[in-house]
Amino acid sequence: MERPTGSDLVNSDQEKLLPGSSSLAILLIVFLSISMLILFSIVRGGVGHVAEGDGGRQAFGPAEISGVEFDGELLPGIEEATTGPDQGEFLVPPPPWSESGYFPCTECHADLDLNPEPRVLEEMHDDIELNHGPSDRWCLDCHNPDDRDVLRLINGRLITFDESYLLCGQCHGTIFRDWRQGIHGRRQGYWNGGKSYLLCAHCHDPHAPAFHAITPLPPPVRPQFLARTAQEEAQEAPHE
Amino acid sequence: MSEKSFDRRTLLVSAGLSTMAGISAAASGKSTGWVERLLKRRFVELSDARREEILTELEEACRVKYGRDDITVADTPALDGVEFAYGLDLSRCVGCRRCVYSCVHENNQSRDPQIQWIRVLEMKKDHGIDFAESNVYYDPDEVPEPDSFYVPVACQQCRQPACTKVCPVKATWQEPDGIVVIDSDWCLGCRCCMSACPYGARHFNWTEPRIATEEINPDTHIFGNRLRPNGVVEKCTFCIHRTRKGRYPACVEICPVGARKFGNLLDEAGEMRYLMREKRVFVLKEELNTRPRFYYFYAT
Amino acid sequence: MIKDITSFTTGSARIAFKGGPTFYAWIGFLGIVCLWGLAAWWNQFQHGLITTNMRDQVSWAFYIGNFTFLVGVAAAAVMLVIPAYIYNWKPIKEIAIFGELLAVSAIVMSMLFVFVDVGRPDRVWQLMPIIGTPNLPSSLLGWDVMVLNGYLVLNLIIVVHLLYTGFHKRPYNRKFVVPLLLFSIPAAVGIHTVTAFVYAGTAARPFWNSAILAPRFLASAFCSGPAILLILFQILQRTTHIKIKDEAIWKIAELMAYAMFLNLFLFGAEIFREYYSNTHHLIHTQYLYSGVHGHDALVPYAWASLICSVAAFLLFLIPATRTHLVTLNLGCVLIFAGVYIEKGMALVIPGMTPDTLGEFYEYVPTLNEVRIGAGIFAIGFLVFTLLCKMAIPILRDPDSGKAA
Repeated sequence: MERPTGSDLVNSDQEKLLPGSSSLAILLIVFLSISMLILFSIVRGGVGHVAEGDGGRQAFGPAEISGVEFDGELLPGIEEATTGPDQGEFLVPPPPWSESGYFPCTECHADLDLNPEPRVLEEMHDDIELNHGPSDRWCLDCHNPDDRDVLRLINGRLITFDESYLLCGQCHGTIFRDWRQGIHGRRQGYWNGGKSYLLCAHCHDPHAPAFHAITPLPPPVRPQFLARTAQEEAQEAPHE
Repeated sequence: MSEKSFDRRTLLVSAGLSTMAGISAAASGKSTGWVERLLKRRFVELSDARREEILTELEEACRVKYGRDDITVADTPALDGVEFAYGLDLSRCVGCRRCVYSCVHENNQSRDPQIQWIRVLEMKKDHGIDFAESNVYYDPDEVPEPDSFYVPVACQQCRQPACTKVCPVKATWQEPDGIVVIDSDWCLGCRCCMSACPYGARHFNWTEPRIATEEINPDTHIFGNRLRPNGVVEKCTFCIHRTRKGRYPACVEICPVGARKFGNLLDEAGEMRYLMREKRVFVLKEELNTRPRFYYFYAT
Repeated sequence: MIKDITSFTTGSARIAFKGGPTFYAWIGFLGIVCLWGLAAWWNQFQHGLITTNMRDQVSWAFYIGNFTFLVGVAAAAVMLVIPAYIYNWKPIKEIAIFGELLAVSAIVMSMLFVFVDVGRPDRVWQLMPIIGTPNLPSSLLGWDVMVLNGYLVLNLIIVVHLLYTGFHKRPYNRKFVVPLLLFSIPAAVGIHTVTAFVYAGTAARPFWNSAILAPRFLASAFCSGPAILLILFQILQRTTHIKIKDEAIWKIAELMAYAMFLNLFLFGAEIFREYYSNTHHLIHTQYLYSGVHGHDALVPYAWASLICSVAAFLLFLIPATRTHLVTLNLGCVLIFAGVYIEKGMALVIPGMTPDTLGEFYEYVPTLNEVRIGAGIFAIGFLVFTLLCKMAIPILRDPDSGKAA
C-alpha cells in the first residue's frame, strides 16, 4: 500500500534508521533535556519561606522541657477512692498557704487589736497585691474580723479555708456551678472513680485573681526541618 | 504417559489439600503455630491464646530493642456501657502546649523525627474559627496573646470516621467505646487514611521512630501507645491504655487551666452530659458529617 | 503443548533481545537508569519514606501523582480498541495490539509506583483476597488493586494469546480474543474511574471531592495515552516493515483532539465553579494557578500544563497541523507534558496544600524520589520495548497480519 502523496512526510527510504524523522528525534531530545533540567533544578531539600525568628525550626521533646512535671503523682487515696470503701470520694490538696507557716493566723491575730478601717496595709501583708473587683474591696470583705482562721460568708456563716469555694461562689455563681460538676477547673484521677479537684485559690490568687500569661512550650518542628538528623544519617550511610 | 499424569495429579492434589488445610486451620483461629505465623492474621482475628503469645512476643521484642524489661503490652478491651467523649473549653485554653508534650511523654511518640498527636492552632479573635488563617507555629514569649485564641486539634474519634472506610486492609477501625484504633502490625503505610482525615489527626512514621530508653512509658496498649514500627500510621487514641482502666487521658490531667474534659457519654450524671446540656457545644467541620466525639465549647 | 510453550518462550526471548546497535544502546540506557533507580529505592527501603519530601502535611505526592497518570495511560490503550473492533476500522485493527502492550507496561509502572509509596512494602500481600484482608466494598484503594490486577491479567491474556498464535503462525481464536477485547473497553473505563474515585470520595480534600473528577480523568487519559503510541508508530513505520497507515495515525490524533476538548471543557467547568462560588475551597485552585501568601512553587507548572494542553488541542484539531509530521509530533510531546503535570503533581499537591488545618507546606520531590521514578519509568519502557520487539515480527508477517 502506498502512502498518500501530497502529505509533507519527508523521506520514504525505509531502510535508514529514523530518516527524515530528525524533527521527531530533535523534538524528543529537546523535550527530555528540558524535563531533566527542570527536574534537577527543582529537586532540593526545600526549606521554604521561613523567617529567622519564626518558630518550628527545631524539634523539642518532653525531656527538654524544664519546669513541667509530666509524671505528676496522683494524690494518695485516689486509687482507694476508685475501688475501696471510700469509692466516689473527691480529694483535694491542702489550701494554699496552709502549710507555709502563715497558718493558723490566730497565732498573731489573737493578740492584735482589730482595725476595721479600709486602708493599704503597711506593717504586715504589704506584699499582698489586692486587685479583686471594685476599687473599694478590702481584706475584711472576705476574711472574718473576729477569727482569722476562718472565712465569713455574706450571711454571716463561717467556713474553713477548705471550703473557700463557697465564698467565691457567692459572686461567681455560674463558675461555681460548673466547678462543682467538674467543667471548670482541673481534675485528676479516674473518670469513673476517685478524682482530685482543686480549690479556686489553688489556681486563682484570691487577692489578684487575674490569670497571668505563661510561657508556651515550643512549637512543633516544621515539616521541611523534620528530617534534619534522620536525613543527614541517610545521606552519610546510604548503602548500608 | 498415564503414569506421568498420575504423578502430576497426585502432586497437585496433595499440594492443594495441604494448602487448604493450612488456610482453614489458620482461619479457624486454632493456634497451629507455624501456619498462623506464616499467614499472619490480623490481631483481632486470632485466638485468645495466640493473642497472648503475640503480646508476650511484643514485650520481648521491646526488651531486646530498648533494653527495658518493664514494658508491658496489653489488649484491654472496651468497658461495657461506655462511650467516650471529649470536651474542650475554648474560653479557657491559653495555648501553652503542655497537653502536646504530655501526650508525647505518655504515648511513646518518636522524638526524632518528631511526632506530636495534638496540634494547637492559634487563631485571631476578630476572625473567629478559620483554619486557613490559623498558625500552629506560634512562639511568643507568653500566652495567651491578647488578640488570639487557641484551638487544640487531635483525633476526633468520629462516629462516622472518614479514615476507617478507606483503609484497604482493615488495619484501622472503631472500637465499641468509640476509640478509633490502628493495628500497627497490620498497617500498610499507604496513607489513605491520612488523606481522608479532615482534621490532620493522623501521623506517619516516616522512618524508624527514635525514642530514648529512659523516656519510654512502659505501660502500653497494643492499639494505643505501644512502641510503633517504621512505616505505619499513628494517632491519638484517647490514652486507651489509661481510659480503659478508668483513668483520665494525660492531656486532661496536665492542662493547667482545666480546659479539657473527658468522660463517658452514656453516664447521665457525668461531666460530658452536663457540659453538653449546659454549654453550647459544636464540632469542627460538621458539614463533612463525621460526627466527632470531640466537642468544643465556651464555658463563659 | 509443552513443546509449543517452550519454543514460544525461548523464541520470543530470542526475538526480544536481538537487535541492532541502536536497540542495544536503548536497552543499555534503560538498564542503567533502572539500576540507578533501584539503588535509590534500596536507600528508601532501608531508611523509610523520610528520604522523600513527603510529610504529614503532604502525604501523597510524586509517586501517587505518577501512579495516577500511568493508570490513565493504561486506560487509554482502549482508545485504539474502540474504533478497531466496534467500528471494524481496518487501519487501526492491525496495530491495536500495541495499545494492549502499552497498557501492560503502564499497569506495571503504576503498580510499581504504589509499591514504592507504601511505608511497609513487606505487607502489600495483605491487599490480596483470601490470603489478606482487603477492605471491600468500602475501600476504593482496595478496589483499585483488584481492578488493576484484573486489567493486567486481561491484557496479558490477550497479548500472550495473540503473540503465541502469531509465533506459531496460527490464526488466533476470534471467539476467545474478541470478547476479551470488547470487555477491555469497560475495564479500561473502570480502572480509571476507580482511581478517580479514590480521590473524588475524599471529603476532607475539597479540591478532589468533585463529581466531575472521574470524567476529567477519563478525558485527560484518552487524550494523552495514545501520544506515546503515535510516536511509536512513526518509529515503526520507518524502522520495520509493518504497514501502519498514516490515516490511522491521523484518526487517532483526531480522536485525541476531541478528548482534549472534553478535558478542557470539564476543566473550564471546574474553574467556573471555584471562582464564581468563591468559597473557602477556592484556596486550593488559587494555590495552583496564582499562589497564596507567597507560596507559588506550582504556578509556572500549572500554566505550562494549560498552555501545552491548549496548544496540543489546536495542533490536533486543525487538519493541516495534524497531518504534518513536525506539528503532529510537537502536539504529542505537548499533550503528554500537559497531562503529565495535570494528572500528576497538579492534581495531588494542590489537593493537599493547604492541608486540612490550613498549613502550607510546599512540597518538591527529592533526588531520591526522582531517581526511583526514573527507574520505574525505565522498567516500563523496557517492558514495552521488549514486548513490541516480540510483537513486530509477528505482525509484519502477511499471514498473521491477515488473521488480525
